[in-house]
Amino acid sequence: MKEILDILKKNSRYSDEEIAVMTGKSVEEVREIIKEYEEQGVIAGYTTLINWENTDDDDFITALIQVKVTPQRGEGFEKVAERIYKFDQVTDCYLMSSGGFDLTVIVEGKSMKEVGLFVSEKLAIQEYVLGTATHFVLKKYKEHGTIFKEKEFDDREVIFL
Amino acid sequence: MRVEEMIKNNVQNMPPSGIRRFFDLVHEMEDVISLGVGEPDFITPWNVREAGIYSLEKGHTHYSSNAGFMELRYEISRYLNRRFNLKYKPENEVLVTVGGSEAIDLALRALVGPGDEVIIPEPSFVAYQGCTAFTGATAKTIQLKAENEFKLTAQELEAAITPRTKVLIMSFPNNPTGAIMTREDLAPIVDVLKDRDIFILSDEIYAELSYQENHVSIATFDEVFEKTLVVNGFSKAYAMTGWRLGYACGHPTLIAAMTKIHQYAIMCSPTTAQYAAIEALKSGDYAVQAMVTEYNQRRRVLLDGFRKLGLECFEPLGAFYVFPCIKSTGLSSDEFCERLLMAEKVLVVPGNAFGQSGEGFIRACYASSMENIKESLVRIERFLNTLEQ
Repeated sequence: MKEILDILKKNSRYSDEEIAVMTGKSVEEVREIIKEYEEQGVIAGYTTLINWENTDDDDFITALIQVKVTPQRGEGFEKVAERIYKFDQVTDCYLMSSGGFDLTVIVEGKSMKEVGLFVSEKLAIQEYVLGTATHFVLKKYKEHGTIFKEKEFDDREVIFL
Repeated sequence: MRVEEMIKNNVQNMPPSGIRRFFDLVHEMEDVISLGVGEPDFITPWNVREAGIYSLEKGHTHYSSNAGFMELRYEISRYLNRRFNLKYKPENEVLVTVGGSEAIDLALRALVGPGDEVIIPEPSFVAYQGCTAFTGATAKTIQLKAENEFKLTAQELEAAITPRTKVLIMSFPNNPTGAIMTREDLAPIVDVLKDRDIFILSDEIYAELSYQENHVSIATFDEVFEKTLVVNGFSKAYAMTGWRLGYACGHPTLIAAMTKIHQYAIMCSPTTAQYAAIEALKSGDYAVQAMVTEYNQRRRVLLDGFRKLGLECFEPLGAFYVFPCIKSTGLSSDEFCERLLMAEKVLVVPGNAFGQSGEGFIRACYASSMENIKESLVRIERFLNTLEQ
């Protein structure tokens, strides 16, 4: 039942009862399906999408770092990636199919300096890491399918039909 | 000169829509949740909007041929075949119109006049009555019944037919009831009509919004294919109401007659909208599916909500309306809607606005965000509780 995943992906705060009504299933069925997803690791967690810019706590910065590494015999990129994504500062880590670099690492930090130091002291010095390129995010327009902007209002004219 | 006396009788006599006053009230109020507007709350998918913008940038600002761009008619033909198993030749069986509404007007103008009768099952879209009246023909209504889930039955149809009947208007999935007609429901209707010289004007504008199984067009019955005019459009399926683009498909002779009127009255449908519509048909099935899935979820929430509030309600399987019965409150449809609006600022439409058999019902449209739907249910519950005291 992909529909339940789609619903939770959009809004993980829907209750089991609400999802049951929305999908025309019983609450028990919905609980069962979600439990199964959780056990199988299909649902890996529940998070909240936050637009930090609208808070008083937006004093941190996000950076996208391209990392070029040498794959290791028998291990491929796994071992190097693991050494990188285990840092708390790393929020996301992807293996890319790109000629220029191999891993995309997303890092959060308090300042450009902090992120810069993290890259030079923790990432760049890793064995098998050949080089890094750091790009700082200035503004997030859209994240996880949600556009960050003023709340939309219903501006449909009242018309009779 | 007294201008009132100069206005043609059948226009003069047509009452303006009965619920205008609600809408005038709404304009003066803030924080109204509207379940009243019969149009998608979704915005036209970006790729479709972008195609329209691009056509303007390229300077495609001229007329198209009267019947619409050949490429668009070709895509409409392919789409109807792909989705509903209908076969129409783009060359002479498809006419692109200014919304489905123009297609309805053209068809009635091409087919009926004084002395003719048009059968209109109600409750239904108000334009059928208006467009019929303006031709001078007589509207003969069938008051559909709640116990039949507002489907048309062969007996009701048979009883309404006279020697002067020329057109039957079918509108399923239905506005305002959300009723649909399945293949089994349609078969007896086809039997009644197959040997009679009566045209079927099948308004299928809500065809994509069918929640149980795929929409069945009455034109897929070979016995009545030639005498059926299918009207559809982009407004509901692709959330393109403001673009004003629809189409009619049917017998080449009827399409030619309608094209003649269209050519003199309108020239051609707006070309920017036509370019956007081509993109919609070429790429839009996924976007339509996503919207339908979401409507379906909201439909279940609103239906479940009304039932939990103790309002009797059959399950509407099409369009985006729920049509609960409010007779248990002791109020008329008009009273219910006006008092709900004043007390709780929720706008729903009285069922009798769509025909007398809609009295005792209200139309609530779920083309509104889930938050709005949930909040309106909370407010309606509060309103119902005040009635009981």
